[in-house]
Amino acid sequence: MVSPLPTVPASEDAELHPSLFDYLLRLGDDSLILGQRLTEWCGIAPALETDLGIANIGLDLIGQADLFLNLAGRIEDEGRDGDRLAFHRDVLAFRNCLLVEQPNGDFAQTIARQFLFSTAQLGLFEALEHSAEPRIAEIVAKAVKEVRYHAEISADWVIRLGDGTEESHRRMVDGLDWFWRFVDEMFEMDHIERSLVERGIAVDRTRLRGRFDARVAEVLGEARIALPEYPRAVQGGRRGHHTEHLGHLLAVMQYVPRTYPDTKW
Amino acid sequence: MMAAATIDDAATDRIMAILSNVPDPEIPAVSITDLGIVRAVRQNPPAVLITPTYTGCPATIAISSSIRIALDEAGFENVAVETVLSPPWTTDWITDGGRERLQAYGIAPPATGPVECPRCASHHTQEVSRFGSTPCKALWRCLDCHEPFDRFKCH
Repeated sequence: MVSPLPTVPASEDAELHPSLFDYLLRLGDDSLILGQRLTEWCGIAPALETDLGIANIGLDLIGQADLFLNLAGRIEDEGRDGDRLAFHRDVLAFRNCLLVEQPNGDFAQTIARQFLFSTAQLGLFEALEHSAEPRIAEIVAKAVKEVRYHAEISADWVIRLGDGTEESHRRMVDGLDWFWRFVDEMFEMDHIERSLVERGIAVDRTRLRGRFDARVAEVLGEARIALPEYPRAVQGGRRGHHTEHLGHLLAVMQYVPRTYPDTKW
Repeated sequence: MMAAATIDDAATDRIMAILSNVPDPEIPAVSITDLGIVRAVRQNPPAVLITPTYTGCPATIAISSSIRIALDEAGFENVAVETVLSPPWTTDWITDGGRERLQAYGIAPPATGPVECPRCASHHTQEVSRFGSTPCKALWRCLDCHEPFDRFKCH
């Protein structure tokens, strides 16, 4: 249960702007990088329906990123818009969690990542609907309706694959095992987010963990999958310490706008 | 035309009439007013307020440029097009006329209760995929006439 946020109007406070900018990059980059990853499935997913489903989730995520990054640019007030932030930032300036930048692997691994991410994002967005920063509250109020879908669809697939054939079960277990090490980072707090929690702008992610764990246990139970063994958690994305995979993803995503910087469609 | 600080009720009505003839780029059988994408026409300073359906819907950009063109052609260069997010768009804002036109076009309109096949009106239908050809539609099939059809999702 998340306690109500204190209602302190705050975003006019210029001292908070660097933290708010960083926070919006975290929110936007999570959506942007996962959205970009999901587009890699477009045209080659296992079936037409899953192809459409994954591409649509990717599209929703890129839409969220557009809103968060444009707002980040306005807060920063140095003339960068969402596109500039997406396409002309280097890897060390990205603030996404490590989970979203990992390669897709097989379909089960992609589903494992989606289930963990969307379940966590749903809890976060439901809490952020009450943010004291109205521009964040209105973005998440819009996006949360879509995230509910993402969480539901990916949970359905975890169950379908986990409770399916011997092979689909094995692959689902492997996918969850691999991604489990990246879960902690989604609930990590640091001084930046704590300063925003104090002003009612952000939410304390550690308080969202209980509900996340309960939902994961419920779905894995139905999928006949035991909770993964807890491996050593990996963190660092929020400070720009990324795995090698992000640089390769950005090379593909940023190539055209960087080669032809002022080209318009 | 000189930029006017405000527009009157007659101009507002004319603008609404113009907007009701701007088709949705993905589903041209319905207009953007049918779909509830047009939130309001503000008189001072003059602006058409629109709202995106889905966050990542690529049609949003096409919609705002078709509104811009329609306004300019009618001499309303001074009327801005602004996007508002809150409160978030819902399929409850699709008008009755819009629902009828969707149905006639072969897309089951959003509704709670049994999903009716837009071709043979059977309720013996089944969801094939939660995601369809656009973010706002799901893929269904009729188990009586065996035709696939799109359903506008409740949102």
